[in-house]
Amino acid sequence: MRHLEAEVVVVGGGSTGVGVARDAAMRGFRTILLERADLGQGTTSRFHGLLHSGGRYVVSDLGSATECAQENAILRRIQPHAIEDTGGFFVVTPDDDPAFADDFLAGAAKTGVPATEIPVAEALRRERLLNPGIKRVIEVADGSVDGWALVWSAARSAQSHGAQVLTYHRATGIQVRDGRVVGISAHDVKNDEQVLIDCSFILNCAGPWAGQVAALAGCHDVNVIPGAGIMIAMNHRLVNTVINRCVYPTDGDILVPVHTVSIIGTTDVKADDPDKLTIPRDQVQQMMDAGSVLIPTFREHRAVHAWAGARPLIKDDRVSSSDTRHMSRGMAVLDHDTRDGIKGMLTIGGGKLTTYRLMAEHIVDAMCEQLGQTRECTTATEPVPGEADGKLYHVTHRLHEREKNRLDEQTICECELLARSQLVSAMKEQPLGTMDDWRRQTRLGMGPCQGGFCSTRAAGIAVAEEVVDHERATGLLRLFLANRWIGLWPILANDQVRQVALDHWMLDGTMSVGHLPALETEIKQ
Amino acid sequence: MPTLRERLNNELDRVTLDHCVKCTLCEQNCPVAPVTDLFSGPKFVGPQGERFRNEFSVDHSIDYCSSCSTCTVVCPQGVNVAEINSIGRALMREETGIPLRDRLIVNTTMMGRMMTPVAPVANAVLNNKLARVAMEKVIGVHRAAAMPTARSQSFRSWWRKHTPAKPATRGPVVFFHGCAGGYFEVETAKQTVEVLEYIGYEVLVPKQSCCGLAAQSNGLFDQASASVRSLVDQLRSAGEDLLIISSAGSCGGMLRHEARKILGIDDPELADVGLRMRDISEFLMDLHMAGELPTDFAEIAMRVPYHQPCQVRSQGMGMPAADLMRLIPGLEVVESFATCCGIAGTYGLKKEKYEIGQLVGKDLFEMVEATNQGYAACDTETCRWQIEKSTKVTTVHPIFFIHKAYGLAR
Repeated sequence: MRHLEAEVVVVGGGSTGVGVARDAAMRGFRTILLERADLGQGTTSRFHGLLHSGGRYVVSDLGSATECAQENAILRRIQPHAIEDTGGFFVVTPDDDPAFADDFLAGAAKTGVPATEIPVAEALRRERLLNPGIKRVIEVADGSVDGWALVWSAARSAQSHGAQVLTYHRATGIQVRDGRVVGISAHDVKNDEQVLIDCSFILNCAGPWAGQVAALAGCHDVNVIPGAGIMIAMNHRLVNTVINRCVYPTDGDILVPVHTVSIIGTTDVKADDPDKLTIPRDQVQQMMDAGSVLIPTFREHRAVHAWAGARPLIKDDRVSSSDTRHMSRGMAVLDHDTRDGIKGMLTIGGGKLTTYRLMAEHIVDAMCEQLGQTRECTTATEPVPGEADGKLYHVTHRLHEREKNRLDEQTICECELLARSQLVSAMKEQPLGTMDDWRRQTRLGMGPCQGGFCSTRAAGIAVAEEVVDHERATGLLRLFLANRWIGLWPILANDQVRQVALDHWMLDGTMSVGHLPALETEIKQ
Repeated sequence: MPTLRERLNNELDRVTLDHCVKCTLCEQNCPVAPVTDLFSGPKFVGPQGERFRNEFSVDHSIDYCSSCSTCTVVCPQGVNVAEINSIGRALMREETGIPLRDRLIVNTTMMGRMMTPVAPVANAVLNNKLARVAMEKVIGVHRAAAMPTARSQSFRSWWRKHTPAKPATRGPVVFFHGCAGGYFEVETAKQTVEVLEYIGYEVLVPKQSCCGLAAQSNGLFDQASASVRSLVDQLRSAGEDLLIISSAGSCGGMLRHEARKILGIDDPELADVGLRMRDISEFLMDLHMAGELPTDFAEIAMRVPYHQPCQVRSQGMGMPAADLMRLIPGLEVVESFATCCGIAGTYGLKKEKYEIGQLVGKDLFEMVEATNQGYAACDTETCRWQIEKSTKVTTVHPIFFIHKAYGLAR
């Protein structure tokens, strides 16, 4: 058993939790962050990669629109390496009402979201695959954002201000004495060790799992409704600009170029358990159809991977609990003192990745208020470590890097042009990690072949670098391939079937990965 | 000004990158990647690199692709690797600018016009070591690279005075000799005309300029597009629905597929010319298979190494020249099975790529040296110059042997 001490413990290592840890640490609080798995493994990375301009909400949710526009500009300054300036179009497809674009422009003017109508011909010239039947196009300041890069750089910023970030630490209990939070216990999953942290404040940022965390303190009715949605990554950038459908927010209304892929999203269905999300076949078809409205040849292109994520929507009495699409995207801070009579604990819900910094500011403000302190928030002005150069990410980045060092360094993941040293440094940073942990840092196995060629290389390197022994390497390899498969089988068609067949011949046929000597129990986490 | 990609119509070629399963067959068959680290290989710069480009050029090593098209030919999944690479290189050239050397060496017609009237002087200069060193230093053409031999009579001036030996019995065909055939490989052009007339065709030779292939492989897409369009008009002017017979191996491929796939020209006129285009060996073998080719060939007792150029192989017509030459009694044809001779149009001329070109062609040169009995055969002009320069073996178009076996040689 380990005993730690902090002023503030943040539960949840998604964008909100990491943002809160950063904010609290920057305001001088001794802070520990607990995450049950890897950073950004829950909701934060299971999205379409959009950095909202605010355009999506200029008609439906004016407050969110303004917040998005402001936070978009802030994140470009403080975390430029995680963001690509793709720009965005709102397009009126032949199936849509052209009059909505007038409401859109009026809403944009009202909310301060930069938006300009451009000629359709110009949009078609810039994006050749776009539906030539579109009727109007409004240009906005959308971007794309790498959720993992965002949370890891924010976490490093928090660490540089003294915070401890404990991944694979699952909160198991909250200690309350005389109506005050006094500590939290956790299970260190990797080392199978109990950890007890004395603390005076807990900030519950567990997103869709916030209800479960609140329950640890005996607050049983925190009603977070997971709004589940699926996304599909297409093999290359069908567009270089974010394409939004200019309609009231609906399913499949957005196509986002992120890194080397373009992501179509998303659906929105109430889920019972955020740990048991599925990728239903009908939703896959729904997304492919939605993509075809924006890009007529959409189905001829190659889908490489699908995933599901759950939005952390706090139940709002104005709408029925089954209608997650129209719940507030705005953030909600629950004060467990006024609500449940427990001092020293706040729960935050709602919000979206683009506004994660602002959410963090609000929750830490609320904590300071409860503590009767005034400490200024500085997260909007200080860039995260190493990103003061202000250089936004660009898709050409890795090709450019490999051009410089390709003669000296082995390329491990060919699809994502991952150099050996990048992979090794991710392994050494998380020696107890899984290949998926290393993947989230490096994009290992995220390209067209989905690990068919690079996974065995990576497993071999992990042994060669003495990060793991061969039995664990085999276990990690099998887990990685099994996890890739979850996102592969729902979209298998055309080119990806051929890829999977080739991968299968190599991995199972030639290398017999399923029969290699491994640990007696398969690695699960 | 619209960007290069906006001016092109290649989107459908580009999106074939989706078919890549990373099998690496293109890398295994690439003639350049195994001999130099400077080129990352067709898979790397093609279907992989293209996912990262977004119309920006950051990987200048793509310039070491020789444009031989072997990658597209061998891809079992239908990825247009060479086309993707060509577009990537053109994008790079658009950004970095094109060296004067590359603007000069693509102008075969201009060189021909300048050199023909002063052929002996021009040849003396091109064979003068000092002049070649100066040329390497000033414009970057390697001092040892093969150069065309200037002829004192152009094909055109021969053609003007030419009368067929006998009246036509089979109707007209259009002859396409290419610009090298017009000025440097004049004998090949003449032999082709004489063979066609011998077997009964009326040969029409419209005025013709460059197809733009060299400009295209140097990333000069606008110039290449203008060239190929005007050539299309010239060839069409000779008459509708006539077959167009080519003795210029790679130039035929430009009209058949490269102009459409790499330059993105989607004209019905280009498609029309492409459909009517036949390589001379292909045409004669088609006749043979229909039982319409006279086979009164005299014996030529000789072993001849034959190399099919990469840019002829990519036209997807099998190996008709080898089949055709084998119709000649006594002629033993040995196929090179080499991917590329290393010249790839203008690639092997360049100062920085000459050594690579020599390494690419090494096995071929050794094979030619080991098997020849005085001659080697190859369908494309620059490849013949490369083989001849590198092996000192006289290298001719396959039509040379047909012409000779028909007893037409003087």
